[in-house]
Amino acid sequence: MPDFKRPHALTDVYLHYCPGCTHGIVHRLVAEVIDEMEIEGDTIGVCPVGCSVMAYDYFNCDMMEASHGRAPAVATGIKRANPDKFVFTYQGDGDLAAIGTAETVHAATRGENITVIFINNTTYGMTGGQMAPTTLPGQITQTTPYGRNTDIEGFPVKMCEMLSQLDGVALAQRVTVIDPANIRKAKAAIRKGFEYQKNKQGFSIIEVLSTCPTNWGMTPVQAVERLKNDMMTYYPLGVYKDGAVRNKEGA
Amino acid sequence: MQKMTVEFDRCKGCGLCVTACPKKIVEIQQEKLNKKGYYTAHCIDNDACIACAMCAMMCPDCAITITAGGKDNG
Amino acid sequence: MAEKSLMKGNEALAEAALRAGCKCFFGYPITPQTEIAAYLSKRMPKVGGVFLQAESEVAAINMVYGCAGSGIRCMTSSSSPGISLKSEGISYIAGADLPCVIIDVMRGGPGLGGIQPSQADYYQITKGVGHGDYHIIVLAPSTVQEMADCVTKAFDLADKYRMPAVVLADGLLGQMMEPVAFDDAEIVMSDASEKPWAANGHGNKRKHNIINSLYLQAPELEQTIRDRYERYKKIEAEETRAVADYCDDAEIVVVAYGSTARLAKSAVDEARKQGIKAGVFRPVTLYPFPVKELNEAVKSAKKVLTVEMSMGQMVDDVKLAINCSRPVEFFGRTGGVIPAPNEILTKIKEMIGGNE
Repeated sequence: MPDFKRPHALTDVYLHYCPGCTHGIVHRLVAEVIDEMEIEGDTIGVCPVGCSVMAYDYFNCDMMEASHGRAPAVATGIKRANPDKFVFTYQGDGDLAAIGTAETVHAATRGENITVIFINNTTYGMTGGQMAPTTLPGQITQTTPYGRNTDIEGFPVKMCEMLSQLDGVALAQRVTVIDPANIRKAKAAIRKGFEYQKNKQGFSIIEVLSTCPTNWGMTPVQAVERLKNDMMTYYPLGVYKDGAVRNKEGA
Repeated sequence: MQKMTVEFDRCKGCGLCVTACPKKIVEIQQEKLNKKGYYTAHCIDNDACIACAMCAMMCPDCAITITAGGKDNG
Repeated sequence: MAEKSLMKGNEALAEAALRAGCKCFFGYPITPQTEIAAYLSKRMPKVGGVFLQAESEVAAINMVYGCAGSGIRCMTSSSSPGISLKSEGISYIAGADLPCVIIDVMRGGPGLGGIQPSQADYYQITKGVGHGDYHIIVLAPSTVQEMADCVTKAFDLADKYRMPAVVLADGLLGQMMEPVAFDDAEIVMSDASEKPWAANGHGNKRKHNIINSLYLQAPELEQTIRDRYERYKKIEAEETRAVADYCDDAEIVVVAYGSTARLAKSAVDEARKQGIKAGVFRPVTLYPFPVKELNEAVKSAKKVLTVEMSMGQMVDDVKLAINCSRPVEFFGRTGGVIPAPNEILTKIKEMIGGNE
């Protein structure tokens, strides 16, 4: 049996997330991958605006805070100047799929050698639970008090499906962290994203279906059930695209 | 030796570790609040713990440390 | 200095940026600055630099944020409407104390405005580009040679004070061809070796660096801003630059910057021929505004005339700088119309006449 302890790439700072919020699990998985690949000293993380806005305090690698939605552009700037370093962004659904859609799509289609960790919890958590681009039809939020009406608010954005159509994307995979088996798969996907980056083989996005117990108005355990029953049917888990877009030399 | 240790002030008592435990030996204690005002998780039967680390994997706050059984455990 | 070659202002600026060690350029096409991007797209790959056309002005300035945060000299260039879009990013760059260079080759506004030369971004660049309490350094060239010199200076000042520096030009300067000379030194791309704050991977040798502009504790944010304003005081004391011509005995001083200063100079030359004691004062730094130099230049003047390609923006700073010690009048053309020297001369004569 292996010991289980805090990865080095995660700082000692107490996370500010609400009880049961799965952000913390995903933070730990990213940190474990950084530890296992021994790349903490060569990694620069970019955090978004949203609940994970203070993630720069949680990772021991160098960190940059981006403005809302611009993390993929910021990451592009870092990576182009430092092509041999590892650069990841950590973004929520409002950041990545609403205000930052253009930056996401274009970093992806350029095949930027960065890894994007995308937290989809179907709501704007930090501001108190408004409708996100990923809010499910019928879902009640602060700004859809009668439920998301697709005649008025339109339909949710399916990022992995969309991005899988782009030639610059090496990996587009949707995972979740609701139980240990899925956590293992999520970590393997994150690892794969960093490996593609290591070999300069294209853009990778790992979409993580996550819970927001506070803004969903549920206990953490109920939130896991809601994710399983409602979210996973609308957003099926799986690999939407997988394959290097460049050879190992980055040609 | 305790196999599952919970960092008292880091735990938020969310209960995800409770559902993850295959042996059903993790509980949220209802006696003592931590600094942040949460009742925290703990293992109620160290002997039954198989150190599988599923509770630790589920913990969003990285508050759980698992020390494998065996020699140290006597 | 090497032999002089004939170049467009925009191209001279681009070449000088390379020679200043600007490793990365991120931009988006907009008239009338497109030659900068076109030039660098050819040159950058040959000298080991990076040219990247971004999907938007917003993305371009955020690429600059990332690159600058990793300690590498970088630049973006745009024109007025594009600068409006970049203003969010500029605020974040200033808030995170990052050095970078931004080029604004001004055109007429508001809105789409027009593509002819203008100086109507003075307020935007010197007062209000983005939200929050901060300044950015602003240099205003008036010749093609100065387009080159100012960009070099902008990189040095940006690094020295860890803040964005803008070269504020206009369509006239950007498109104009003049002889220009560059330093012969070999091109060396910048690295982060002298930037211990850079987030470029700690290499397991230091604590992690964080590039950030978020301060949730109000007193902490206030202190950060106060510290920054201490730096601005130093800049205001040490970095002002201006050129004064015929000001020693001038009864009227014409204040103008950029290409308008050349037109003002022609008008003043003609005025002198006609026996009018006129001088011309040209701020090269718009922030910091050359307050001391201007007060020196207007010592013997009874009146001051500010000429701009706008409805009058810098004129406010001129009044403030001399504390309204003399009447300050304004003449300007706007919307892309360039003021003619004889129009300026007429205004000078009108002011002198009015004084009799």
